[in-house]
Amino acid sequence: MATDQAENAHVPVEPVRSDSGLRRHLVTFGWYATLVALALVILFPIYMLILRAISSPIAYINAGQPLRLVEPEWDIFSRAWTDAGMARAMLVSVVITAVIMTAQFITSVLAAYAFAFMEFPLKKLMFAVVIGTLLLPIEVTLIANVRTIRDLGWLNSVQGLSFPFLATALGIFLIRQGFMAVPRDLRDAATLDGFGHLGFLFRVAVPLAKPVIGSFLVISFLSAWNQYVWPRNATDSGSWQTVQIALRTLTTTRIDEINVAFAGAIIAALPLVVLLVFFQRQMVRGLTAGAVKG
Amino acid sequence: MFLLPALAVFVGFFYYPLYRLVDMAMHRENRFGRGDPPYVGTTQIIDTLTGSDFVEGVTHSALYMVYTVPLGLVLGVLLAVAANRKLKGIRAFQTVFSSTVATSVAVASVIFFTLVNPEVGYFKDVTWLSLANPDTALFSVSLSSVWQNLGLTFIIVLASLQAVPVEMEEAAALDGYGPLRHFWRITVPLISPALLFLAVVLVVHALQAYAQIELLTNGGPGTATETLLYKIADPQGIRSVGVKASMSLGLFVLTAAVAAVQYGLLSRRVHYGD
Repeated sequence: MATDQAENAHVPVEPVRSDSGLRRHLVTFGWYATLVALALVILFPIYMLILRAISSPIAYINAGQPLRLVEPEWDIFSRAWTDAGMARAMLVSVVITAVIMTAQFITSVLAAYAFAFMEFPLKKLMFAVVIGTLLLPIEVTLIANVRTIRDLGWLNSVQGLSFPFLATALGIFLIRQGFMAVPRDLRDAATLDGFGHLGFLFRVAVPLAKPVIGSFLVISFLSAWNQYVWPRNATDSGSWQTVQIALRTLTTTRIDEINVAFAGAIIAALPLVVLLVFFQRQMVRGLTAGAVKG
Repeated sequence: MFLLPALAVFVGFFYYPLYRLVDMAMHRENRFGRGDPPYVGTTQIIDTLTGSDFVEGVTHSALYMVYTVPLGLVLGVLLAVAANRKLKGIRAFQTVFSSTVATSVAVASVIFFTLVNPEVGYFKDVTWLSLANPDTALFSVSLSSVWQNLGLTFIIVLASLQAVPVEMEEAAALDGYGPLRHFWRITVPLISPALLFLAVVLVVHALQAYAQIELLTNGGPGTATETLLYKIADPQGIRSVGVKASMSLGLFVLTAAVAAVQYGLLSRRVHYGD
């Protein structure tokens, strides 16, 4: 967990009753038992996924579904990667996610800057236009947007997969909040130093708002990588499937090769596992942004 | 101007499609989908939104919320309370408890495929988890969402618990509160803003449930697991574009209602300050 938060973690203070050492040990034991039980609930499904990916599907069922490997097929991951097309799907996902994150960063930073530092006519109306998009998630506009990209000839293309996500109200809000914390004096000083709007934005404001921008990029990455409904409808060719959509195709494999889908799911989860391991603090901050601090 | 790029996207892919949905919903395709569909005004919208198919979709979406939101909140609080203490190895437990944030809905669905799939699932013979039975299938699918949401719920409740001031805890201890009374009188009120936020997030997740249904049941058996969004977004579905557009307008109203509740909660929070 986030190390900076863990410092503040505290044990609920024991009541001022005279607790015997034995009782304290029992309480501690009770908490450990609870923690282990909860961990099992969370880990068991993951354990089953790994077990079932490596075990030979029919042999596993015939063996009476034991909690151990049955006739392991260690080549299943390379089969999922090459034969089952996870490599290609990974490439599509990486490209789409990179395009969406880059574009969201640029559009959000620019718009947030305008709302935080500039005065212009219809500012309130423009802000309402941004807020209004929160009422129009992709699930609502899906049918019409599919028709739009079909009309444009963008089915099965990078544009088609990414365009509806090149800007997001959430990014504009979060980064605007970050910019509002930048002292006005700095803006004035920068003007005196001859910085234009863009110079101030990228040399002063963006570096100062780094934590907020970092949190937002985490959210941006997660939502772009995990997308399902849009890429499902914006593609009808196997070679344009993202990893999430490829998983659906794999689950329709014959039962005797179904473990290729399970191996595919492990491959699809790896980038997020890496993110969680190396960027745990940023990820926690990103996920709690807007939740705890409001 | 700095706003232009964002506004172009918002107009092209958020507002224009809303207009287009209305337009599509007002044209009824003939059975073979040939030629330009004739204009039918609001009749198709009214027919669809009062029809049994739409009502069934809304009912299933509402059930999905009932299955996922309360259970998700209770488990999230349980995880966070259990992990918010100084014990050896607590970090390892915290990492395990947050781990489901590393799964997408599709990955979580494949994971539950290994558990509840009627042919190969580990629990395929457990009757109350059966995907083959129309009475239990939706509940069984919903458990994949409960599991997948745990990481997020845990992280947010834990962060909120850690923000509880230590003095508050000490005062409660001096008053001789036992653990249960402490939990209900001190902990729950203090983390209630986070719980409200999470309740809204989980409701939105339930409304957006799609991949888990497609991967686990394809809406079946029959139409037993077809939620509203599934009926709209299933590319292999039998519904005409006009009907789907009408249903999308229904979904828009539901989404707006949830957003209104969310806005109400957020603006109330401002008053009792942080």
